[in-house]
Amino acid sequence: MSVLGDDAIRRLRARPAAVSALLIITAVLLIALLGPWLNPNNTQTLDWLHVAAGPTLQSAHWFGTDRLGRDLYARTLAGARVSVAIGLVASMISILVGVSYGAIAGYIGGRTDHLMMRVIEILSGLPLIFFVIFLTVIFGRSEYLLFVSIGAVGWLTMARIVRGQTLSIRQQEYIAAAVAGGAGTGRIIAKHVVPNVIGPVIVYATLTVPQIILFESFLSFLGLGIQEPGASLGTLIAEGVGEMEAAPWMLLVPGSFLAVLLLCLNIFGDGLRDALDVKEA
Amino acid sequence: MIPTLSVDELTVRFAHRTGTLEAVAGASLRIEPGECVGIVGESGSGKTQLFLAAMGLLRGHAKVSGSIRFAGNELLGAKAAALNRVRGSKLTMIFQDPMTSLTPHLRIGTQLAEVLVCHLGVSWSEARSAAVRMLEHVRIPDPKRRLKQYPYELSGGMRQRVMLAMSLLCKPDLLIADEPTTALDVTLQAQIMELLRAARGETGMALVLISHDLGVIAGLADRILVMYAGRIVENAAADELLRRPRHPYTAELLKCVPSLSGPRLARMPTLPGQPPQPGEVLQACPFAPRCPRAAERCRVEPPVLAVAAGAANATNAANAYVACHFPLS
Repeated sequence: MSVLGDDAIRRLRARPAAVSALLIITAVLLIALLGPWLNPNNTQTLDWLHVAAGPTLQSAHWFGTDRLGRDLYARTLAGARVSVAIGLVASMISILVGVSYGAIAGYIGGRTDHLMMRVIEILSGLPLIFFVIFLTVIFGRSEYLLFVSIGAVGWLTMARIVRGQTLSIRQQEYIAAAVAGGAGTGRIIAKHVVPNVIGPVIVYATLTVPQIILFESFLSFLGLGIQEPGASLGTLIAEGVGEMEAAPWMLLVPGSFLAVLLLCLNIFGDGLRDALDVKEA
Repeated sequence: MIPTLSVDELTVRFAHRTGTLEAVAGASLRIEPGECVGIVGESGSGKTQLFLAAMGLLRGHAKVSGSIRFAGNELLGAKAAALNRVRGSKLTMIFQDPMTSLTPHLRIGTQLAEVLVCHLGVSWSEARSAAVRMLEHVRIPDPKRRLKQYPYELSGGMRQRVMLAMSLLCKPDLLIADEPTTALDVTLQAQIMELLRAARGETGMALVLISHDLGVIAGLADRILVMYAGRIVENAAADELLRRPRHPYTAELLKCVPSLSGPRLARMPTLPGQPPQPGEVLQACPFAPRCPRAAERCRVEPPVLAVAAGAANATNAANAYVACHFPLS
């Protein structure tokens, strides 16, 4: 990661908020991935002796159980894994599609650029919720559909950002030098344009992850996302809301996981942006 | 012999809201193999545009007409793929500002090796070792370490050497140097010029030196072309042009070169007036408004570039051309 490397890491280290956010994210991810080995409960088993039981250490239901007696610890961790996975996959799509789309539109310019940007405008004009409901009605509910629908719109802003950067890079002399050196359009875009937009791309991708997680939770909360018996943070929160007064832990446990994850991802993204932005440092 | 570069009646126009701007107006020139040609002119005289057109670097809104042939092959209107075979290998260019001519996020080694991999299809490791040899050649100390560095870690002079190394990698037939030393200080300027001279001596390539500084060009050029308002107004062997300028504009330019040995002047001599603004309506001879020798004829009849009187002597056959009704003799 080249020129961004050492300097940026040093500047990032100088930001305690970003560093602690990163540590907390790492801890949450480690718990989500390794947690199941620490506790015998799984996500599906119904424990009839402890239905809607509060969090205790003796019963091995560390975070309590839900209405059906399923272990909330296991379900929250599974939900966190799903949420983070969707966030990461959608960011990957947004990087792959958005960066190449934006760089091509910006570099080639002219009519191609016009056409490509109109396509983006049409896509971003789609009311997202309506779009998701529409897809759900046609194809039935499935997790893959969630990936597709989030991926379909997640790259739009990235493409716009990259196009904007590319427009200014295209005017730079080193691009003229590359043309004069006999490099073809594809090579120039891949080797001389894209590496130079990597800074904003990383930052925006980092900030995309929490956005997508939030959006996924929102869809799941509405019942459009992950379906029973699967769990995501959104479905768990939706269940928890129903029992909020009698069994507050059902809301608080997945809710605080989501809140901590989103907060830390945002803080880290902000810190990364400041660290990579040489001009304001 | 086929000239390395031959430009015929080249016109470069830009569409502009006030009308069409003519950056180059019917310029013709020939560069023979191995020849070093200097191009001088004030800012905006079209000297850079002429060669940007040759490299196919003008943006879409420039309208180029005429003909530019490189080793006999027409470059104007050629397909990008065909252009890319010669650009960067046989026909190379280095630019005015070395600070911005290298891609900032790629290592020097990658940028240098890419040229060879791209044009000659050699392996990356071969290309890297060739890059090291070429960096040594342009006298960059510790070239192996430089390959791993980024452009921002190098000074301006160093970067211009890297650019030079890059343009020499494929043994070009013609190197166009667009004000290669303008952004550098004087000692570096001398070193870069010396490198250009040496490179030309070794490879036998032709060299075009674009500059507004006659002093930079005089030491190296075989022939000097003077441009004014998009036209070539004088074209003569370097020593002839410097000793005996024929176009009044050349003469005035030469007067503006400060001399170390002459009497100390109270004021730098300057050329009165301004070069024509883009879009300005020109007189038949665009230099007429500033010319001490201008007469009525200059305002009605455009002068054409023709063999200067008295230049076609036996030894220096037809090597001085001037576009002036009343050339100095």
